[in-house]
Amino acid sequence: MLAALLADSSGQALAHASAWAVFAVGAAMILTGALGVVLLRNPVHCALMLVITLFGIALEFIDQSADFLAAVQIIVYAGAVVILFLFVIMFLGVDRKEAISAEPTRFQRPLAVLLGVVALVEILALSRIDHWSAGTPSQSGALSGPGSNVQKLGQAIYTGYLLPFEMTAALLVIAVVAAVVLSRRHQPSASEMSELDQEELLSARRFTPPDQGDQS
Amino acid sequence: MSGVVLATVSGLVAQTSGGSNPSGCAIGKAGDSVSGLCRAANSLHISVAYSAILPVLILSIGGLVLLAVSAVLPKRIYPGLYPVLSTVVGGVSLVASVWQWYNVPGHGQGMVEIGGQIFFDHFAVLFAILVSVAVILSSIASDSYLRREGLDGVEAYVLILMSGTGAVLMAESASLISLFLGLEIMSIALYVMAAYHRRRAESGEAGLKYFLLGSFSSAIFLYGIALVYGATGSTELVLIANHLATNVLSNGGVLLAGMALLIVGLGFKVAAVPFHLWTPDVYQGSPTPFTGYMAAVAKAAGFAGLLRVLDQGLLTQQTDWRPVIWVITVLTLVIGSVLAIASRDLKRMLAYSSVSQAGYVLVGVQAATGTGKSAALFYLFTYTFIVIGSFAVVDAIQGQGESRSTIWAVRGLSRRQPLLAAAMLVLLLAQAGVPFTSGFLGKFYVIQAAVGQGQYYLAVIAMLTAAVAAFFYLRVALLMYSSGVPAVAATTPPAPEPSGSTGDLPYGDAGEPTDVGVPAERVGAASAMTTTGLAAGAVPSEGGLATPARAGGASALDVEAEEDVFAAGLAPVPGLDPETADRASALDAAAGDPPYVSSTNAMVIFISVAFTIAAGVSSFAVDFAKAATTLF
Repeated sequence: MLAALLADSSGQALAHASAWAVFAVGAAMILTGALGVVLLRNPVHCALMLVITLFGIALEFIDQSADFLAAVQIIVYAGAVVILFLFVIMFLGVDRKEAISAEPTRFQRPLAVLLGVVALVEILALSRIDHWSAGTPSQSGALSGPGSNVQKLGQAIYTGYLLPFEMTAALLVIAVVAAVVLSRRHQPSASEMSELDQEELLSARRFTPPDQGDQS
Repeated sequence: MSGVVLATVSGLVAQTSGGSNPSGCAIGKAGDSVSGLCRAANSLHISVAYSAILPVLILSIGGLVLLAVSAVLPKRIYPGLYPVLSTVVGGVSLVASVWQWYNVPGHGQGMVEIGGQIFFDHFAVLFAILVSVAVILSSIASDSYLRREGLDGVEAYVLILMSGTGAVLMAESASLISLFLGLEIMSIALYVMAAYHRRRAESGEAGLKYFLLGSFSSAIFLYGIALVYGATGSTELVLIANHLATNVLSNGGVLLAGMALLIVGLGFKVAAVPFHLWTPDVYQGSPTPFTGYMAAVAKAAGFAGLLRVLDQGLLTQQTDWRPVIWVITVLTLVIGSVLAIASRDLKRMLAYSSVSQAGYVLVGVQAATGTGKSAALFYLFTYTFIVIGSFAVVDAIQGQGESRSTIWAVRGLSRRQPLLAAAMLVLLLAQAGVPFTSGFLGKFYVIQAAVGQGQYYLAVIAMLTAAVAAFFYLRVALLMYSSGVPAVAATTPPAPEPSGSTGDLPYGDAGEPTDVGVPAERVGAASAMTTTGLAAGAVPSEGGLATPARAGGASALDVEAEEDVFAAGLAPVPGLDPETADRASALDAAAGDPPYVSSTNAMVIFISVAFTIAAGVSSFAVDFAKAATTLF
């Protein structure tokens, strides 16, 4: 294939070749990162290898002219999700070694291999069927034209999808309130605590170290 | 956050105000080609019709105001402030919705607003009124519960208001995107409300169950949206209907799969069988006033979404979805009623009852006509009052820590709290569909809608299951009005019974009920019957149910005797629940203090009962229902 590309010396072929090169680099990054996640022992290294995979995917998105998705890929996954992973790893202790050889459940690995093969076959089969849409022929617009697809997406969000976009703010409010409600330890509220109790609690706090006072 | 939101919206409005084109466009019936031209695809301008989303704005901003107030004010100075504020927000939203009702654009036909995302029609406004009412009643009802359990704080009311926001958004949504967002906003707030009682393990379990299963159903719903979009090329209901009316699908598989997934996702929210399995555990574990809110609002919003999707988006495909809904309806009606009979917990029974009530609404949905739709709406509207009132009564009966929760806790309630018992009686009769209550009219109209479509089998099944359902409503009613107190608990020590038939059951120490003004022979009969029933029931065999039933049916000499036998025979069904705990709580209930009804709870119960009776007997509700049946 490469030979064929090189044989054709027009500019289009050069563009194809460069696109192919970008794809190859991205694919190499994805594979290297994925293998690193599975094979490395140190969990922090695993998380960092995952970043390489995610950057590789972002590269492939750019290769497919999906600039917005590439940006989201880096901001959300590499920026937020992996950082969250790292937080969890740090909280649990970096130096803890997992006994990988001991399986938590039997048949887990054969099952994982089987499901992986099934998924691969499915993807290959779907790629053979070039058109399986049932309704309208296509909803995709031209990629080129006035404005990039980032601009078009932004316009769509702030015009047609303005209300859904704004209403997601309500979800954030609920998330904050829910975090407060569910994570807060129980404190007796004013209505169920008499003044005497309050004084007792205060004196208890005064005379006991905080870590013991917390237990009660 | 709201500042940002408002700034963005108002900035856009300022941008577009020069255009001064009339906002929105008329809702077309399915197949109306004009409606497809609603929204210019590449328009950079959007006009935000605030009048269309007034309730959503008021409820969500009200929630933020509550949060801000709680941050500014010193802690725990005004413990009663937040419920009052929440009620006021609900009231403002109610006023705004009523204003909307008289100002529906498009000569009462409704419009699509805000970039094709929102319907502004009577359907949406009716649900906005319903949710506002539910927010008001639940805010009032939650106050005494939360204070009693030491959970008072601003968060509960913020969650109520936020989930109300989501529910109204669902009812208003004109696109599957806003429908999904409304569903998520409502559901996530409800998950947290279910887990709100931090010290009760059941509450945490309820929250976790609801969250896990609800997340699955949301994901299924989202997949359905994706498939419908793939098949029709749009997420806007008007455009979907338009596409389906003007095109013939060469291969309907993707659309059918999407439709099925949408029905599953929404069927979960309305607790239709076979997607009802979460209902009893979640209803039982959640804090009682929140259960009432959940039962009223989640069901109403789920049905609003179902009606929007099926009746507006996919009306042309009704030959595909009506058989599916038919089967779900029959399953819901039958299984809901049957399982309610077997449950011994008040909240669990009401949970199954709400499953079976969903069946009646589905009867209206299944008709797929304007009559059926408005009958379903009327049913949901009246059910809101009934269910919130019922759970308020249950809250009063349960007492501290929801300790008295079995149906035996209502035994002899008419003596201790005659008014509370009367209120519960009305609410139970309304759920059973007895005439002169709103529940009767609701059932009447949905069955009428089914008959109007020639669905005679469905109508007959609905009526038969109503008769089955009457059993468990009336069982609670009979328990309330039974003079079971002396027979159960007048005995101070559980003295060894001479007959020996009752063994170690303290419950069976019927002894000599003395303090009732019942003639001696009747008392004798009653106690004898009780003993028989218990003896039969204590044997862990199939005789537990059969024997007392026969005895009760054969005797029929005294209502009280029958009740006692009835109750006693049903109690010790082995394996259904811990019997001893039941009896202990029954004893507690009978011997302990009468249920304490707080003034706020009394208010909620009074409003519910008043509406239930008024809507059943007076002409306004009938007029309202008639108007509703012709409006849509």
